[in-house]
Amino acid sequence: MSTLRPLVRPSLPPVLRWRAGRALPLVAGLVALVVACPLVFIGLQAGRSGWDSAGRLLERPLVGTLLWHTVSLTAAVTAAALVLGFTAAYLVERTDLPGRRAWTVALAMPLAVPEFVHGYCWVSLIPSVQGYWGAVLVMTSSLYPLVFLPVAATLRHSDAAAEEVARSLGHGRLATLWRVTLPQTRPALAGGALLVSLYLLGEYGAFAMLRFTTFATAIYTEYETAFDTESASILTLVLVALALLVVSLDARAARRGRVVREGTTARPCAPQPLGRWKAPAVAGLAGVVGTTLGVPVYALVYWTMRGNSSTLPSTSILSATAATLGYALGAAAIATAAAVPVALYAWRRATRLARAVERAVYLTRALPGIAVALAVVFFAIRYAQPVYQQPPLLVAGYAMLFFPLALTAVRASLAHVPHGVEDAARSLGVRPLAVLARVTLPLILPGLGAAFAMVALTASTELTATLLLRPTGTETLATQFWIYTTDLAWGAAAPYAAVMTALSIPAVVLLTRRTLGTPRPSKGMR
Amino acid sequence: MSGLSISKLHATHGHTAVLRDLELTVANGALACVLGPSGCGKSTLLRVIAGFHHPVSGTVTVGDRVINDDRTHIPAERRRIGYVPQDGALFPHLTVAANIGFGLPRAERRERVAEMLDLVGLNGLGDRHPHQLSGGQQQRVALARALAPRPELLLLDEPFAALDAALRTELRTEVAATLRRAGATAILVTHDVDEALAFADVIAVMRDGQIVQADAPHTLYHQPADVGVARTLGETNLLPAELADDHAITAFGNLPLTADVPTGDGVVLLRPHQLRLAAASGPHTVEAQVVACAFRGHDYRIELATDTRHDLPERLITYADTAPPEAGTVHLQAHGPAHPIPDAEPAAPAHARLTAQTATA
Repeated sequence: MSTLRPLVRPSLPPVLRWRAGRALPLVAGLVALVVACPLVFIGLQAGRSGWDSAGRLLERPLVGTLLWHTVSLTAAVTAAALVLGFTAAYLVERTDLPGRRAWTVALAMPLAVPEFVHGYCWVSLIPSVQGYWGAVLVMTSSLYPLVFLPVAATLRHSDAAAEEVARSLGHGRLATLWRVTLPQTRPALAGGALLVSLYLLGEYGAFAMLRFTTFATAIYTEYETAFDTESASILTLVLVALALLVVSLDARAARRGRVVREGTTARPCAPQPLGRWKAPAVAGLAGVVGTTLGVPVYALVYWTMRGNSSTLPSTSILSATAATLGYALGAAAIATAAAVPVALYAWRRATRLARAVERAVYLTRALPGIAVALAVVFFAIRYAQPVYQQPPLLVAGYAMLFFPLALTAVRASLAHVPHGVEDAARSLGVRPLAVLARVTLPLILPGLGAAFAMVALTASTELTATLLLRPTGTETLATQFWIYTTDLAWGAAAPYAAVMTALSIPAVVLLTRRTLGTPRPSKGMR
Repeated sequence: MSGLSISKLHATHGHTAVLRDLELTVANGALACVLGPSGCGKSTLLRVIAGFHHPVSGTVTVGDRVINDDRTHIPAERRRIGYVPQDGALFPHLTVAANIGFGLPRAERRERVAEMLDLVGLNGLGDRHPHQLSGGQQQRVALARALAPRPELLLLDEPFAALDAALRTELRTEVAATLRRAGATAILVTHDVDEALAFADVIAVMRDGQIVQADAPHTLYHQPADVGVARTLGETNLLPAELADDHAITAFGNLPLTADVPTGDGVVLLRPHQLRLAAASGPHTVEAQVVACAFRGHDYRIELATDTRHDLPERLITYADTAPPEAGTVHLQAHGPAHPIPDAEPAAPAHARLTAQTATA
């Protein structure tokens, strides 16, 4: 057949080809470097203060109190979220509970209410909700869906066979639940617990509202009120160390509980009849949804009505929404574009370097928002004075902070790209860049959309970094809300909270759908 | 002129050597098959030829073009080597026609796509998307897509592995015919012996990153280079024998040899169908007990135990058209030439081990 005229295109000159082949690791490495640099800057800033003052600060009783507050709260909320999340997921996915679809949505929805809005709702209605127990209540209400969703996903997709075998070996329902079902969900539980703890470590707004001091609130106070950047950065370093400790604990738990299942697709389990437990189960879930979703919704509606009766709806909410969306969309575009090379690099090559790059990026997910924001501030003050308190800085901060979200979404969509399509395309005589444009990018387009939306929507309800990085003279929804609540103007703050919640709903729906998945049409083969 | 020639090829995954000093030649227009167990490096070999994996050293030549040596690494997209991966890897976002036309210049797309659809018998399905096709149809599209730009060489990486048995048999016959019609030089990688025997003009048996033997299927089956190759191709009976030039003296009497060998003790290969059940005891029959018998539709597979006095392996295997008497004594006869196996420890025979021990003692 070599005598026939070959139907291939002319190719690029060698120099360009070489660059195209080498560019990807370079770009991916660069992105990882930029995303990981907040850690470096916090270290630098803390280092400037020297060991002596660091030692003096760390010996103060304040640090002990902060540690105790942070750790005890994290332990209590994580434990409560695990119990609540697992029970809810089991009831919804594995029993004959009536209205399971509706319950799933209602149980995931508290995520749409930002934590500091949760805090506002409780505090504004019942002023006695504050301190440690107030924080446990509010944070558990707002964070347990982070356990519920992955556990529900695991239960939905796990194979019935293991549980059936356990039953056939003479285990009762409860024993099977304890010895088979629960261990199967261990990676999901560990992942959920990790997210909950990381959110807790980084949360500022809700704790400030509940008058409960943790590392995040102390750092913010040191920096904003006392203008003590050195103490702030040392405390930040301790907080980052805590976060990394949590991540390493999670890595260990996940390794131990790895669930191996290959080959055949899972057959779903038949739902367990609840019998006489049906009424208590429904009542329990109704209580959970009422507390975690009902209270915030009631508070938002109540205060919006009250607020509207006394003051006219201001035009400032429109300008705040516009400003918020502007920054959020800019950040989303940057984060999504930056996520593509990193995701592609890690997907194409299972080399140690590629994995390291990706892991470094995921590690930044552990960095509390306040740490990233402070790092960006330090960087701007020292090296980029002109952009300090300018829009580009806020956009850059958002992009760094939410980069892992974008990366997760792009990676998830790449995982559905059939193996070998890029190779097949190249063997047909198509250059790598053209393969990207004609095959890979079209295939991950939905993932890029999801990444963009997740970052944009999450950024538009961000408070801590926004307070630190906001450009002078503009207010976003979160900062305007914050100003009103600081003045205890509950009614004036409500519309801002309502808009932020409304903006978050699509993100939660997106996250729910991505986590739980929709049954895919079978692809014929395999 | 040679279609493909590979010499002294070394390749690694990280620090693990995968291909070691590999040599392979495939004639122009031949359908070759690389046969080996999982993990022997056959997929890596294919990826090296396709240009997806950089070898450490060695030369790969297609026709008279060097596509890989110490100084050259032609990128995959300029090799003009077609590639059909295991699951087809069709582009899910493109129609069948767009898939097939993917590697063609726009101007020639329509005509060539129609031609290829015709070649693989999928006329009228050009507007479908891959997920609307059956597994077999998807693989045909993958084949058409790879053949469309008229590659000099086509590589198929276990392309039928994901299909069910009946479809696999049908499709591989059809693909072989299609490839012959297209005059393609092709290399198929598989771990399935039946597939290799049915598909290929030449089979290269691969083991531990090397090609152990490359020959026509019939030669490979009856005259394997060593015990490993013999077992890869099918069940074996390895008998100790006294070799004398052109014949072997065995428990079954004198058997002609496939090749002349120096005189001495050795081992010969008899395939199961070379042993037959005899009606009665005779001078060159061996008495044996039926240990197990399985009906396989087209024949019976019978496992037999012989008495130790003949120096035979513990178990002999034969295929017979009729069922043996139940759990009875039968008489075995050997037919046809025996093949001397040079590297030759006899296969786990109790008695042979014993003689080896006495020899060392």
